[in-house]
Amino acid sequence: MKKITPQNIQVNNLSVNYGNIKAIKDISFNFRTSEITTLIGSNGAGKTTTLKALMGLLPSAGTVSVNDTRIEKLTVAGRISRGITLCPEGRGIFPNLTVHDNLMLGAYLNKNSAEIKHLLEEQLTFFPKLAERIKQIAGTLSGGEQQMLAISRALMSQPEFLLLDEPSLGLAPVIIDQIFSKFEDLKKQGLGLLIVEQNAILALEISDRAYVLETGTLTLSGTGAELLHDPRVIDAYLS
Amino acid sequence: MQEFLQHTLNGLSTGSIYALVALGYTMVYGILQMINFAHSEIYMLGAFAVYYVARFFGLNTPSTLNFIIGLLSAIVACGLVGFAVERFAYKPLRKTDKLNVLITAIGVSILFQFGGQIIFGADPKSFPDLIENTELFNFLEIPFNVVDLLIYGVTFASLIALTYLVNYTQRGRAMRAVSTKPDAAKLMGINNDSIISFTFVVGSVLAGIGAFLVATKYPKIDPMMGARIGMGAFVAAVFGGIGNLPGAVLGGYLLGLGECYLIGYGASTFREALSFFILILILLVKPNGLLGKTAKEKI
Repeated sequence: MKKITPQNIQVNNLSVNYGNIKAIKDISFNFRTSEITTLIGSNGAGKTTTLKALMGLLPSAGTVSVNDTRIEKLTVAGRISRGITLCPEGRGIFPNLTVHDNLMLGAYLNKNSAEIKHLLEEQLTFFPKLAERIKQIAGTLSGGEQQMLAISRALMSQPEFLLLDEPSLGLAPVIIDQIFSKFEDLKKQGLGLLIVEQNAILALEISDRAYVLETGTLTLSGTGAELLHDPRVIDAYLS
Repeated sequence: MQEFLQHTLNGLSTGSIYALVALGYTMVYGILQMINFAHSEIYMLGAFAVYYVARFFGLNTPSTLNFIIGLLSAIVACGLVGFAVERFAYKPLRKTDKLNVLITAIGVSILFQFGGQIIFGADPKSFPDLIENTELFNFLEIPFNVVDLLIYGVTFASLIALTYLVNYTQRGRAMRAVSTKPDAAKLMGINNDSIISFTFVVGSVLAGIGAFLVATKYPKIDPMMGARIGMGAFVAAVFGGIGNLPGAVLGGYLLGLGECYLIGYGASTFREALSFFILILILLVKPNGLLGKTAKEKI
């Protein structure tokens, strides 16, 4: 496991427009390594858009810095090399490729084949289920296994920051618990996780810090526990 | 029996060429969901490139070195033309409707066919003699000569190399990733444009190899030679399941064998009809092709 030095991502005045529609309006927030940060909000609040903008998939205004280095001009590949990886909504696995090939693509930017081999072994120990399925076509995996594959594939790029878009979507509660416990393992290893979730209780319970996004603006922030007991959050998301 | 074997060998040789060219159609379709109609003209330009390289350097004596120089000129020329066609004709249209790219492809094809007739002349040129076509050995009274064996050998080697590239290298995985889920591929740090460009180059190189082999066997080349083989190769790709690499190879060999049996058993009039017949039949009965399947995705 790579040693992760403490780092911090600071987002300032991030805005994203789809044509004339302002999807994200001047939001500022931060998240750091060894912590789980959640972004909660209802459908259409701009959660996925925020993650895509952080990853460089959408044109956006504002600044994004890792520690003091500005990264908002970097390409997607540049950001992956800088230690940021997105595990997208709907998992984005390649259904007609094997589990092995999916994982290998996670390390696409890594040119050191000995290191890739080592990373692969590490992932198969972290997700033993994937080791059993290594030669299987990814599209034949169950939903939970596909989600594990997507997370594992993202980890193959050795991120310091892992962005996760709706990791619990469409999964059975038992599987969700398994996956969320993996998130806590990753946090202990020093990774910074930014999770976008509609399942607010679940996410807030494991979060060190949390933000509420409503129609493109951040309306609340605090620790996970604070928001879990905030009457406005309870009213809007937890009741 | 002996006659049947002879037709089979001819079929395998014709089929090899169809397979090489069909792979180009199917690879490009797999990654861009478009039929690259200019592919058969890239094939034709490969043969002319060798012709002009040989003329420029005065290569007209059969030797292993000349054969290799010829093969490499076809590979390099087709790779460059494939790259340029994608870069200048198709890439600017990437974000527009698929129909625009298709029409452009037909346009590029016509440009090369008639541009070729203007520049090279419409009359057939004789392809330089770069390898001596002697009979190597005789098996069951069937002669095996150098050119046929080279066709089998070079095709086989190309197929092995392609299989290795697509299945066991990061670049090959990236090609498959871009062809199934381009958006997710970007998240791996893959530069989709460069993978698409690379796919065109690989497909074009295979066409170049095919063109060189055909011109070595039938040493008359003309600007319309691509159109003739292109139709067959396109049908082979659809027959095997467009977008499916093993399918293109299977389709190519089946079509090649079918044509040679027709010719061998006295129905050569129907040679050209066979590919159209297969095309109609496959579209009616199994539109996804022999090995093609509709992708099922789990949400």
